Amino acid sequence: MSYLLGENLIGGYGTGDILKGCTLSVARGEISVVVGPNGAGKSTAMKALLGMLKVLKGKVTLAGQDITSMSPQQRVQLGMAFVPQTNNVFSSMTVEENLELGAYVRTDDYSDTMSQIYELFPVLKEKRLQPAGELSGGQRQQVAVGRALMTKPSVLMLDEPTAGVSPIVMDELFERIIEVKKTGIAILMVEQNARQALAIADKGFVLVTGQNRFTDSGQVLLANEEVRRSFLGG
Amino acid sequence: MDFLNAIVLLSNYVLIPSLVYGSQLALGALGVTIVFGIMRFANFAHGEMMSFATVSTIFITWWFQSIGLTAGILPTALLALPFGILITGLLVWATERSVFSYYRQRKSKPVIFVIASVGVMFMLNGVVRLFIGTDEIIFMDGLKFLIKAGEFKKWSGLNEGLALKQTQVLTVLLAILAVAWLFWFLQKTKMGKAMRAFSDNEDLALLSGIDPEKVVRATWFISAVLITLAGVLYGLDKSYKPLIYFHLLLPIFAAAIVGGIGQPLGAILGGYIVAFSEVAATYAFKKFLRYLGPEGWSPEDLVQLLSTEYKFAVSFLILVLVLLIRPTGLFKGRVL
Repeated sequence: MSYLLGENLIGGYGTGDILKGCTLSVARGEISVVVGPNGAGKSTAMKALLGMLKVLKGKVTLAGQDITSMSPQQRVQLGMAFVPQTNNVFSSMTVEENLELGAYVRTDDYSDTMSQIYELFPVLKEKRLQPAGELSGGQRQQVAVGRALMTKPSVLMLDEPTAGVSPIVMDELFERIIEVKKTGIAILMVEQNARQALAIADKGFVLVTGQNRFTDSGQVLLANEEVRRSFLGG
Repeated sequence: MDFLNAIVLLSNYVLIPSLVYGSQLALGALGVTIVFGIMRFANFAHGEMMSFATVSTIFITWWFQSIGLTAGILPTALLALPFGILITGLLVWATERSVFSYYRQRKSKPVIFVIASVGVMFMLNGVVRLFIGTDEIIFMDGLKFLIKAGEFKKWSGLNEGLALKQTQVLTVLLAILAVAWLFWFLQKTKMGKAMRAFSDNEDLALLSGIDPEKVVRATWFISAVLITLAGVLYGLDKSYKPLIYFHLLLPIFAAAIVGGIGQPLGAILGGYIVAFSEVAATYAFKKFLRYLGPEGWSPEDLVQLLSTEYKFAVSFLILVLVLLIRPTGLFKGRVL
């Protein structure tokens, strides 16, 4: 059962449509990965789900509720969290302040959530009083994910979380993401490192020119000859 | 003895005045830098807002004096200060609603905001003069000197006197209080953190659910507090003249830019750098050097870099040098 579902989305910037009827979905406790060549509309689809882009046709539902016309802020209140690809931390502020700001909309005591995040990312606890801008790329991504988790979201959306980090850090990040998934959160991510991402995906979407080319489980997509030849480099 | 005389002379004419002037500039530059950090434009109306704040405080002071309300040895203006802040807050909020919010909704470029603020500057300049006139106004009452030069001479047995005005001590004390409060606010409160987050990364702040309207409101209020403090303290220490705050704009901007615009600590440091440079460059060191040199020797000229009429050239020079060599300022602020 899909928790977050974007059906037959059509939309884009200005006059040109980037999304031409693509469908994405993710269930709680699962990871969905969106892959595809440059310009396929992967990040755009993500923005459409979050409400940062006007959808001309199609429908977005969260837990069965139609949220197509809601603003991003309203969707955040409903439990959607988003980690942008770049500039995703407050670089002049400490790690701890970044996390606190993640919980800005919360009025209850969030110290529990914070200690959970420190458990998940032990390195952040160590560096909690350092400005986030002074951390390494991988650590910064952890701050970004941690900040997004502070709202206790039901859906976590990640836009290329492993862009620009080393393969070792990438593996570590993916491991953390699997741990987050185990807490029952639905995770939807756009990835350039398609092979590694599909390996941990419950569901994979291959987008080409704004449409679904292949949709299946991660394992099946990895085994598919055509997907491998065209999108995974053999 | 000569050495002590030299120190006292320097304190009286350079160190204390520039510390006081530096505190006034620092308060002004802090206001400029906070508005810039959040709203990303240099508010050229800052000087005239200071002038407006001072005039409002002067009117309240006069009213208090007319009903016989004074603060004893303290200046009556201190009692009027909270009301001055309130009136200035209303003015600043009115400009925000009627001018700046319009351009923010249209997502105008920073240069449009700057030009709009120049318009606000000219308008305020006229409005203020309409009410207060063009005369110089001294609104300091209460005890003028804490230490008088003559008494100091008698007490110390030195040739040189040291005078300490009450306004000088008040300026430094209130500046310290204001800065401590500001830093506490920015570091510890939820709204302060939201403001810093907004200044750091606007998009992410919006994604985190921070309400930009609230941040803008808090920023203008803080700037109104700093504007009023800076304006009133300067006016108390010197005097109120309609054009004086317009002239202060240059050293204030120099201070904010030297420190790194958008960086509160930089604004404070910048204020003192500009003030010390200005005072030191226009002070005649002849007498000071005579004390330090051999007996009976005296420099041939005044040993004065610039005559006092040219003091604004110092700010200008600092501004140009910083923009050429290190445009982000000492604390790595933004580039204008």
